Amino acid sequence: MEEFAQFLSLLASTVRLSMPLILCALAGLFAERAGVVDIGLEGKMLAAAFAAGSAAAVSGSAWLGLVAAVAVSVVFALIHAFACVTHKGNQVVSGMALNVLAVGLTAVLAFAWFREGGQTPALQGAARFAPLELPFVQTLSGVPVLGPIYARLISGHNALVYLTLAAIPLVSFVVFRTRFGLRLRAVGENPHAVDTAGISVAWLRYRAMLCCGVLCGVAGSYLATAMASAFQREMTAGKGFLALAALIFGKWMPVPTVLACLLFAFADALQGRLQGVALPGIGVVPVQAIQALPYILTVLLLAGFVGKAVAPKASGVPYAKEK
Amino acid sequence: MRAKGELPAWIDVVVLPLANLTLAFALSGLVVIAVGEDPVKAMRVLVQGAIGHPEAIAFTLYYATNFVFTGLAVAVAFHAGLFNIGGEGQAYIAGLGVALVCLYLDFLPWPLVFLLALAAGMGFGAAWGAVPGWLQARRGSHIVITTIMFNFIAAALMTYLLSHVLLDPGHGAPETRRFLPGATLPSMQTMLGWIGVDAPRSPLNLAFFLALIAAFLVHVYIRHTRWGYALRVVGQNEQAARYAGIDPGRAIVVAMAISGALAGMMALNEIMGAHQRLLAAFTSGFGFVGIAVALMGRNHPVGVCLAALLFGALYQGGAELAFEMRGISREMVIVIQGLIILFCGALENMFRPALAALFAKPERA
Amino acid sequence: MDAPALRLTGIDKHFGPVHANRSVDLSVAKGSIHGIVGENGAGKSTLMGVVYGYHTADQGSIEVDGKPVRIAAPQDAIAAGIGMVHQHFMLVENFTVLENVLLGAEGGALLAKGRARARAELERLAREYGLSVDLDAKIEDLHVGAQQRVEILKALYRGARILILDEPTAVLTPQEADKLFELLALWRDQGRTVLLITHKLREILAVTDRVTVMRQGAIVATRETAATNREELAELMVGRRVALRVPKGSAAPGAEILRVENLVCADGRKTERLRGVSFAVRAGEIVGIAGVSGNGQSELLEALAGLRPIAGGRILYKGEALPAPGDPARAKQARARAIAHVPEDRHRMGMVVAFPAYETAILGYHDDAELAEGPLLSEARATARCDKLMGQFDVRPADPRLKSGKFSGGNQQKIVLGREIDRDPDLLLVGQPTRGVDIGAIEFIHRRLVELRDRGKAVLLVSCELDEILALADRILTVCDGRIVGEVAAAEADERRIGLMMAGIAA
Repeated sequence: MEEFAQFLSLLASTVRLSMPLILCALAGLFAERAGVVDIGLEGKMLAAAFAAGSAAAVSGSAWLGLVAAVAVSVVFALIHAFACVTHKGNQVVSGMALNVLAVGLTAVLAFAWFREGGQTPALQGAARFAPLELPFVQTLSGVPVLGPIYARLISGHNALVYLTLAAIPLVSFVVFRTRFGLRLRAVGENPHAVDTAGISVAWLRYRAMLCCGVLCGVAGSYLATAMASAFQREMTAGKGFLALAALIFGKWMPVPTVLACLLFAFADALQGRLQGVALPGIGVVPVQAIQALPYILTVLLLAGFVGKAVAPKASGVPYAKEK
Repeated sequence: MRAKGELPAWIDVVVLPLANLTLAFALSGLVVIAVGEDPVKAMRVLVQGAIGHPEAIAFTLYYATNFVFTGLAVAVAFHAGLFNIGGEGQAYIAGLGVALVCLYLDFLPWPLVFLLALAAGMGFGAAWGAVPGWLQARRGSHIVITTIMFNFIAAALMTYLLSHVLLDPGHGAPETRRFLPGATLPSMQTMLGWIGVDAPRSPLNLAFFLALIAAFLVHVYIRHTRWGYALRVVGQNEQAARYAGIDPGRAIVVAMAISGALAGMMALNEIMGAHQRLLAAFTSGFGFVGIAVALMGRNHPVGVCLAALLFGALYQGGAELAFEMRGISREMVIVIQGLIILFCGALENMFRPALAALFAKPERA
Repeated sequence: MDAPALRLTGIDKHFGPVHANRSVDLSVAKGSIHGIVGENGAGKSTLMGVVYGYHTADQGSIEVDGKPVRIAAPQDAIAAGIGMVHQHFMLVENFTVLENVLLGAEGGALLAKGRARARAELERLAREYGLSVDLDAKIEDLHVGAQQRVEILKALYRGARILILDEPTAVLTPQEADKLFELLALWRDQGRTVLLITHKLREILAVTDRVTVMRQGAIVATRETAATNREELAELMVGRRVALRVPKGSAAPGAEILRVENLVCADGRKTERLRGVSFAVRAGEIVGIAGVSGNGQSELLEALAGLRPIAGGRILYKGEALPAPGDPARAKQARARAIAHVPEDRHRMGMVVAFPAYETAILGYHDDAELAEGPLLSEARATARCDKLMGQFDVRPADPRLKSGKFSGGNQQKIVLGREIDRDPDLLLVGQPTRGVDIGAIEFIHRRLVELRDRGKAVLLVSCELDEILALADRILTVCDGRIVGEVAAAEADERRIGLMMAGIAA
């Protein structure tokens, strides 16, 4: 029973750790399906986390923090679109620029505005997204297996977790069942076909980046106001890149991508539990090796299992008409 | 005859980058205002701090040395069509190579130690760059993601080694013991002393000249050898490379190895020259600065050297700035760096139509 | 008399330094088939791009059915009843036929409803016009003829009354082309208007009612088709009398240079593109490979040049087996043994557009000892070689430092061809030697190929232009679906017979 409880809590923390990855990966899905490579997920999430942390600290409302986070992230996404779509700039360079800018800006502004050595003030009460208890937890508590699963794995997360879980089928629906989704998928494969069908390539890509910005914004807000209780310097720690890897591993499909995110999050949850534990036959694994686990896993997955993943054909290529 | 919409070379090489740079600085000024400080004063402090006195200039050149190496690293990869953002990790691992030589082979005569350290730094960096290159070439892994992951893995590995294996027991911080005098690079002060010139104390050292030599050699390699030719063909058009009998996969691995080796040379400046011991996180983001340097320098070694100088001044001046003005932290330099990558890289052509309109008319008359 | 279906007045368009359309006036009668001919780069496609809203004209106005319309984007053209079948199909390859037709005409924010309606309507159109195609098949699994039917369905589904077809027969066998022309005639009889853009005079004479000739961006003449002939149109297109065929004596074939036995090749998706091809090429002859594009010619050329792995069979060169292709070193070995290769797509493979001409002129030969200067690659020697080549092949402008991409198509091709012929190969593999090349340069390139043959070299020519094959080849092999379906000596070849073979019907 003890093992079961431990396993449940491992799964619960997998869910919690997977949220920013899932949000970012879905954000990346919008961008890359539209043919815009976005390695700036990391930067958008970081900037959003700072915005959420600051706005929540000042206003005392986690929801206002979320609004600020989404707004900032959308601005970053639109800058990316401006550079890559309007000015046909190099998409990888633009993404990198925004990543660097986010690292610098968040540190400078946090330092100047809050004087706490580069982080935002610790959040309390309504300034954070608190865990919610779903109905019937008490009622079901007596039921074996199901009761604990409901109480510890399904209930007890914060609002953003449930929001994200709802976003997964929604994104899937939008991408595969709607007019916007059809056009989105088309523009990433062959923008010429979209243009000659009478649809603006640029406007479509801007809208895709808008979706990307919103989702990254939620991810950032989750980091600063739900998972942690303040913005900390470089708190994204490569999660944006892990999300990108998950997107590739998931072959740009929503559900496989989410599963890949869960796998990375599981590795992350596991490393939290393995620290200092002696493994049979190996002994105590150095903490740094365990911390590097998600990164090593990413390299191995991209190298070993994906092979040559087929990206949307037009991704990374600015659209120019043929003469 | 020049086509309409095409700019004279001097505008392309001088005016356009300057316009982009100006915009990046103007926006940085807005950030300074946002944190409640005076941008004009900040600029003055920055310039004064960077080139105001001999010691400041020496520090500027010391930082620039790092940026020449990491900038060249990014530029070489760019020529092969690759975006190497793993310079940080490559330099970090190279530090291990340099330190191993300087710690355990310091009984050898200095020239030998120097050459071995150089080889170890370049070799370790090359290996850390070549692996992602190989993964991209043979396994189709996205090089941007892999190099980023290798940065994180390098950081974890080095933290482990520094806190468990190479740790100097008498020390609190995760770092090795100091290298013996026979296993360090002479400082500029010392070298100028040999010819009777009195110079201020600074971390500027022999690696500065290595950087200039590296820039020259990179230029020759890229522009004037058949290997450089092959590398550029791969960067421009992989199909054409195959057609020409060039193995794109091999060219990618070689380019990443050279890139890693160049990034690795930064460790000589930091580890063997400035700090004279291996310490945690000595790369301090300089690998990422290389991206901005390469973009600003248009991937040309001369441009890289000039851009490195600018960033050297920014880092040195930025340190002074953080010291002098309480509202501004050191990361201000990272903001400027990000804006420069944005405007000199992704938005490099933003002013082109306007400039073309401006300069096309007199040509036609 | 009715107002014309389409009237263009004073259309002018620049692309940078290129004056693509010079105040074009054009009137197309309702219910007619109107042909537009001209050389590559004469401005036909640009003009149609303007009509379709794909390009915006600098000046000029457009009227549809007598009413002025503003066409700023394809959606305006579609709304005005204009449909277009592009030369390079505008299809999303991993979408189904149905999804491609729906794109841009979804009929609502959710797909489900529009999908059902489109399916019914498309089935009706397919029946009415005999345009059968599996609506649920993915485009990438369809052959080019079927892809073209999808493009046509797209235009019809959007209710096009004016249909523009840009080089529609480039991907068809002569018989398929004839079927298409019957369809065009049917539309005309139903009152639709058809604009047919082509550089093939045979087609113009066969189906159009009226024909407009363009040269250097301007309209030089409009004729009733019945009142003109092939020679007049050719002369109008080029602006001088042209030899439609290069004079050439009969071949004197010598020793066998290349022998291919049972060659099998697969593409990236493991589909067999060559299914056991055998033939030989002798010194002093040009062997032409005819066929609709996409029937394995490209794979054959690439396999012979060592660029594509083979799944079976063997390649003998001068009696010796060549090492298995696919290894990057193999292309180099081929060159070292005097096999030269002018690739089908020069932009994709034969040159580096961003490099100066002298660097494109050494592509593949950059390891030559005579270009080396110690450990370095001598820029001076590369430039000198390029200079010589530009002189011999009349490349204009003769500037080795100009970017390769800045030369016109014909001059780019001369650089590539010159580079390959300059090394005096024993076997020249050449694909689509005159694609995107103006008529003057075509003549020049054809002469050079015949000259090479007359010097006793072996030439293997792949071209989708049947006219080109007929003009140059001494023997013609026709491929269909990865197999050689027939061989004809040049003297006995005619268009109809080869056309049937291209469709897979052995004659």
